[in-house]
This record gives sequence, structure tokens and C-alpha cells, in this order.
Amino acid sequence: MKHSILHRTLSRLAVAGLLAASLLVSACAPQQLRGSGDLGVIIERASGSVQIIETTGKTRLVRIDGLGDLSHASVVFSRDQRYAYVFGRDGGLSKIDLLERRLEQRIVQGGNSIGGAISQDGTLIAVSNYVPGGVKVFDARTLALVADIPATMLADGSRRSRVVGLVDAPGQNFVFSLFDTGEIWVADFSQGSTPVINRFKQIGKQPYDALITPDGRYYMAGLFGEDGMAQLDLWHPERGVQRVLDGYGRGEQKLPVYKMPHLEGWAVAGEQTFVPAVGQHRVLVLDSRSWKLNDAIEVAGQPVFVMARPDGRQIWVNFAYPDNHRVQVFDSETHQLVADLQPGPAVLHMEFSARGEQLWLSVRDGAQVQIWDPYSLTLLKKLPAQSPSGIFFSSRAQRTGL
Amino acid sequence: MSLSHNASGFLGTALLALLPLSFSLAAAPSAERQDELEHLLTQDCGACHGLYLTGGLGPSLTRPALAGKTRASLIATITEGRPGTPMPSWKPLLSEPDIAWLVDLLQTREPRP
Repeated sequence: MKHSILHRTLSRLAVAGLLAASLLVSACAPQQLRGSGDLGVIIERASGSVQIIETTGKTRLVRIDGLGDLSHASVVFSRDQRYAYVFGRDGGLSKIDLLERRLEQRIVQGGNSIGGAISQDGTLIAVSNYVPGGVKVFDARTLALVADIPATMLADGSRRSRVVGLVDAPGQNFVFSLFDTGEIWVADFSQGSTPVINRFKQIGKQPYDALITPDGRYYMAGLFGEDGMAQLDLWHPERGVQRVLDGYGRGEQKLPVYKMPHLEGWAVAGEQTFVPAVGQHRVLVLDSRSWKLNDAIEVAGQPVFVMARPDGRQIWVNFAYPDNHRVQVFDSETHQLVADLQPGPAVLHMEFSARGEQLWLSVRDGAQVQIWDPYSLTLLKKLPAQSPSGIFFSSRAQRTGL
Repeated sequence: MSLSHNASGFLGTALLALLPLSFSLAAAPSAERQDELEHLLTQDCGACHGLYLTGGLGPSLTRPALAGKTRASLIATITEGRPGTPMPSWKPLLSEPDIAWLVDLLQTREPRP
């Protein structure tokens, strides 16, 4: 009895000591020189905070508060990988210094926002807004407004179309989709801060998200209002927007979708591309050249993120409510299930380290982030986090479209 | 858009006409279930409607935004979804008392600071 009390007291002291040490670390700026290539940002959606983490020792460095409504928040990184730009739902745009470990600047640029992008040369930050519908572009250094691109007014004149699927593209372009009016726009900033805008209309009903292939050539918008995807070949914009996967699933009874799939994690693994179906518990497998459907893999629920391990050998899939406690791993060659995991309640996001030796996943209702070895399929470590959602590593800085 | 809205509203009203007794007689969810539902509202409904329900891909669900909408039409929307929009039918996952309780919560609770 006495022994256990002593033991408990000692362990409490140890915890207090650790807490004091971590407070000390977060109170003063880091003294030692370090790089920023192994850093990352974890969104804590309900508390308006983010954590800066490092993937070498797999530890949390600091929590930063005061970032507003971070539901559906996303992050891009400066090309020197020192700064993280956080896009909040409430229109907040926050610039975080990963090395000084502090919030450097925060502006509220819109009423309701859904993500952003950084330009090819790193000088411009673009944010896509639901309210007011459109895209605003800022100086990455100062966050001063550079350009305002209002979206198309709805036919009834009540408001402008909401904008989704904003990505950067080669040649100092931003590409985005208009959800309500079914358009894809390319805003070209190569001639200066007044963009030349190329508008593609009637591309399909309700584009809800989009992605750009890793080489920056194809922009693909997923359509919620109809089957198929709208594809723009940025090498040949004169050919217009093509429909791929047209008619897929037509006539099938659609299942309800309790969370919209994301296309950002677009999994290109060699000659195959893996994408979440909408309203079907399937991952679609496309030929990366012809964009024809090769296979449809039956999965545990409505897929949300479909991510390829960086070596392309595995495909990791998480799911919408009510199957969001599960993660399934598939072999990209055979399309067979490799692992059927249950990491915890509400797995929202997954992020691979650049070379793929670590996979981090956020378990929102388990209040933790888990670090997995995707080769041995073992859980390496858990880190506490408050309602964690998106996980973003600084290596994204060097990739088009992320 | 307005056509499908009207159609779904009509459908909802028609369905509700068949169901009012079962809604009003059903027992309220348990305290534990109420916690689950509130969590669902914040986190999962919030995925489209915003963490503070101020809107996103889905419309705002704040009390002012819902002013003028009847309890019956809100129950119908959650139960059946809104055809032509991303709003799904929650019938497979939520019971009638669950849905009625959520609607009452949306219509009565104080706006968040």
C-alpha cells in the first residue's frame, strides 16, 4: 500500500517535472539551430489551436492558440519550409513561424472559407471563399491583399458562387472550381498582380473538390451533382474541359454521403490512380494515362481520403461517419485488402512522411494522433491532441498542388 | 434548384402528415444519447455546416438562419435529406426521437458567443 502511494507520488513528481520542462521549452525560443524539413502542423479543430510537431523524434514541440474556427482547416508551406499558412473556416488566414514557434500574423479575409494554395514561386497565397464567394490573393510575406477575384453571381442575384478545389499550378497559376455555377477558372498571375482569368463554363453539376496531378498537368474536379469528373489538361486548355468516368454508377442507387470525400490526397501509384467514389462504398481505380476505369475496390464505407504510400505500393483509405473508426490498407498491385485497422473513434486525416516510413493519422474522438509504421503495419506512438483533424508536413512545400 | 427544393418540401410534408403521432409520442433520447447527438451535431454536421453551424457547403443552421422554418420541415430535411443537394437522409442512422431532439436543440438553444 505504502509502496504504491510512494510510487504514485514519484510518478506525479515525474509528470510535473516533465510538464515544467515542456513549459520551459515552449516559453523561450529554441536556442539550437535546426532545420524545418521534419516539421509539421496538426490542426486541433475544436479549440482553434495547432500543434507544431517534428517527425524525427516524433514529438510535439508547441501548441499555438487563437486561430479561430479551424473546422476543415488546411495548411500550405512557404518554399523555404519556415512558414505555415493556416486557412480557417471563419476566413482566418494565419501565418506561423515554425522555427520561432509562434503565430506571426493573422488576418480575417472572408466570412467563410474552404482552403488555399501557395503560388509556384512562393510569393502569393490564395484563399477560396464561400462567403463572399470568390478567391482572394495575398502577398505571402505581408498578407497584404494583392487581388480579389469575385465568383459568378447566382442567377437570382442573391450571392456569388462558392469556390472549392483551389490549387496552385505551374506557370504561376491558380485553378479553382465554382460549386454553385459549375465552372472551372484558371487565374494566371505570370504577368503581375492583375490576373488573366480563363473561365470554363458548364463543366458539370456541383464540383465539390478538386486536385491537380503531381506533375501539375491535369486538374480534376469531382462532381457531386452527377457522375464523373471534370478534367482540364493544363498543357492544352484550348481543348476545354473533358469529362472522365462519365456515366459511372448511373442507375445505381446512391448511398447517403455523410462526409464529402476529399480529392487532395489523390493517390497516383504508377500507372494507376485511386479515387474515392461518391455515394458508393468503393475506391475507383483509373488508368493514369487514359483515365478509364480499371477496377472498383469494395471498401468498408464511404471513402474520404484515399492516399498512396509514397512508394506507391499501398493505398490507405479512411471513411465517413459512421465508419470513421476504420482504416483499410490495400495492395496497389492486387487491389487486395492488406490490413483492416480500427485505430480509434473518428479517424479524420492521414499524412505520410515524404519518404513514406511514417504515417500519421488523427483520431479526433480519441483525442490523439497516432504514428504508424506502414511497412510493418504497427503503431509506433500516440501523441495527445485536442480533436485533431488535418495533419500537414512541411515537405508539402516542394510539391505542386499541396 | 428551386424545383427540387419544393419537391422535397412537398415530400417531407406528405411524409410528416403520416407520422406526426409517432414523432410526438416517441420518448426523448436518454441523457447519454443527447450527449452523443450534440457531439454529432458539432463534429459531423459541422463538417458541412461549420463547427459553429455558421454554414459551409451546407447552409447556416444558427437560430436566426432557421427563423421562419417550421419544426416539421426541419425534421423532414434531416430525415429524408434534400434531393439535388449534398444533404443526405439521416434516417438510416438516427431515430425519429433523435431527429426531433436535434431540431428542438437547433430551434431553441442560445447562439454561441
